[in-house]
Amino acid sequence: MSAGIKAMSVKQTVAKSRAEIFGNIRRGLGRKGNSGEASAEQKQAVQNRLNAQADNLIPQRAQLPHDEQVELFKAMATEAVAELIELDNIALVPQACADWLKTRHIDQLISASSSEINSLDWSPLLNADVDRVERVAQAGDIASLTSSFAGIAETGTLMLHSGPDSPTTLNFLPDNHLVILRRSTIVGVYEEAWKKVRAAFGGTESGLTLPRTVNMITGPSRSADIEQKLQMGAHGPKTLVIFLIND
Amino acid sequence: MQINTPFFKERAHDAMEDKNLQRALGNLKAGFPEKRAIAVSRMPEFEELRNQGRDLKNHVMENLDLYLEQFEAKVIENGGHVHWARTSEDANKIILDICKQENAKTVTKGKSMVTEEIGLNDYLEQNGVQPVETDLGEYILQLRGDHPSHIIAPAIHLNLDDVAEAFHEHHKRPKSDDPAVLMQEAREVLRDKFVAADVGITGANFCVAETGSTIIVTNEGNGDLTQTLPKTHIVVTSIEKVVPTLEDMTLFLRLLARSATGQEFTVYNTLSSGPRREGDQDGPENFHVVLVDNGRSEMVGTELQDMLRCIRCSACMNHCPVYGAVGGHSYGWVYPGPMGSVLTPQMIGIEKGGMLPNASTFCGKCESVCPVKIPLPKLMRHWREDEFEKHLSPKAVRYGIAGWAFLAKRPVLYKTYTRMATWFMKRWAGKKGKIEKMPLAGGWTDWRDMPAPQGKTFMQSWKEQQKAGEQP
Repeated sequence: MSAGIKAMSVKQTVAKSRAEIFGNIRRGLGRKGNSGEASAEQKQAVQNRLNAQADNLIPQRAQLPHDEQVELFKAMATEAVAELIELDNIALVPQACADWLKTRHIDQLISASSSEINSLDWSPLLNADVDRVERVAQAGDIASLTSSFAGIAETGTLMLHSGPDSPTTLNFLPDNHLVILRRSTIVGVYEEAWKKVRAAFGGTESGLTLPRTVNMITGPSRSADIEQKLQMGAHGPKTLVIFLIND
Repeated sequence: MQINTPFFKERAHDAMEDKNLQRALGNLKAGFPEKRAIAVSRMPEFEELRNQGRDLKNHVMENLDLYLEQFEAKVIENGGHVHWARTSEDANKIILDICKQENAKTVTKGKSMVTEEIGLNDYLEQNGVQPVETDLGEYILQLRGDHPSHIIAPAIHLNLDDVAEAFHEHHKRPKSDDPAVLMQEAREVLRDKFVAADVGITGANFCVAETGSTIIVTNEGNGDLTQTLPKTHIVVTSIEKVVPTLEDMTLFLRLLARSATGQEFTVYNTLSSGPRREGDQDGPENFHVVLVDNGRSEMVGTELQDMLRCIRCSACMNHCPVYGAVGGHSYGWVYPGPMGSVLTPQMIGIEKGGMLPNASTFCGKCESVCPVKIPLPKLMRHWREDEFEKHLSPKAVRYGIAGWAFLAKRPVLYKTYTRMATWFMKRWAGKKGKIEKMPLAGGWTDWRDMPAPQGKTFMQSWKEQQKAGEQP
């Protein structure tokens, strides 16, 4: 009973707060439409702005031919302390994983289950005595492998998103995060990546509905909270390895 | 958090005598401004980005009701919940209620200044829910029972030894003075907390109206573990953080990292758009956004509306000579530095916060580095006027200004007085030309000599120039 009354009171608090907040804002803005709201024209102007999805200023830096965008991506990702491994085609990823893990005496790879990853021949891992396990990440996991949605040259940034075959924990919990990035998915600036996102998830009746999370990742985890001296490997992965597929 | 703002003078005095604090503040002055300058020099369009950032935020504030409605509708469509909180008390009540529904024992927290503002940690603890700060700096402070002294580098007032001591005491491990070892320790200890937490609370740097998304920006990845692992994710943020589209958010992301840490981009920029989708194997099952007002809605349509543009980058305090001399705790509440001097009087009242807008050299550096060009000195003057009009200024200030006004309105008297004062001060200073002690001027002369006026008064010089036919 008492819980019910309390729940009501929280609900009432929210409703009262909402009314007061909007009342204050509308009064402050001098809204003159129906019951003190914005006018139809004002509402339409905002709707138009939302629908336009217009770019703001886009810096020159990454407005380059694609080959140079790839070079910029490589330079910026390396500057952000990502480890870059270039491969001629995606079929070489399992061997590259095996080599990288073996050198570091890591015997388990927690893997996303995207079709891109699952269609590869993973026997090189077996030969190197490394287990590939498809699941979400858990505390204590040493290494993970995921695909990526795009690379952004401007700052050497990877874009990934959640989905049934790409659990988000893989991007954050293990000590080492290995990521496959196809050369063709590298774009110049963030805005181009958003266009790809819109193409993949937009066009529904209610406009753009994003996956639960979109992650932009630029290098491995770090902190400068102790005396402003930068230390690598705070809570996220200590190492970020990008397999850049030059196909 | 206890309000100590009225004691700014005493706290600033102590801070300047505190050798450890002064050493720690040296790290700030050596670090952030230089890194920002380099990042800005690598982005030739930075000035134009600042102009666009200012204009876009102005557009949002002119339409704040409409963008908030759109954001709310889209969060709900994504399967999330939106809660409105007029005051800190309202926000705390709402958050505790969600925690109780989940029978939460522990709550992990990403870095959030709004939760500092509303005093969430104390409230949760008093009501049987244990909050665990996970940002390294915030974690150190929580162990020490301390509060942030900076909005993005919360533990900047501490030295390595303070951290080593706190970890040794709480982790029961051998004491280390290697920052790498200390960070690894925090990583290991907090890992279990991340996994065990029932609820994860983060802030938001921006709320995207178009998609109903919140975004957090972190270098450590703690915010991501905080919001991905528990069953429930609560975003606690404030109403002015809304932006129209993903493209608009992008404009601010380009400004934010460069202005804050001088990075090209922060390591993790993470968008959250509701609870886990069908088929998702991880992520929270419940997604809540608590939108806190706490005096912001009253700023709309006033001179203070400009302050709602603030994106909490900390560039103003990083470049402020006052902040650099006295540190964040002197300000006595949550928000320090120039942005705090404008925001604090709005949130705790000018009666308590009046000291802060007075503690400024008005050098204007803050405005010159602000990514959204907030006229911070102008807004501090606004509060000083407000304080004066409400007769809250100290008597000495009020009588002093009244006396000056009396003279200034009577030119003959004014000229006579200033001529006499100049003559007197020159005599008082003697041959050295410096006044070491003078009645009523102890506030200055106790600390440094006052140079005596040289030559003639301004009015005398002006008259002579006019006579000589020179252009003034």
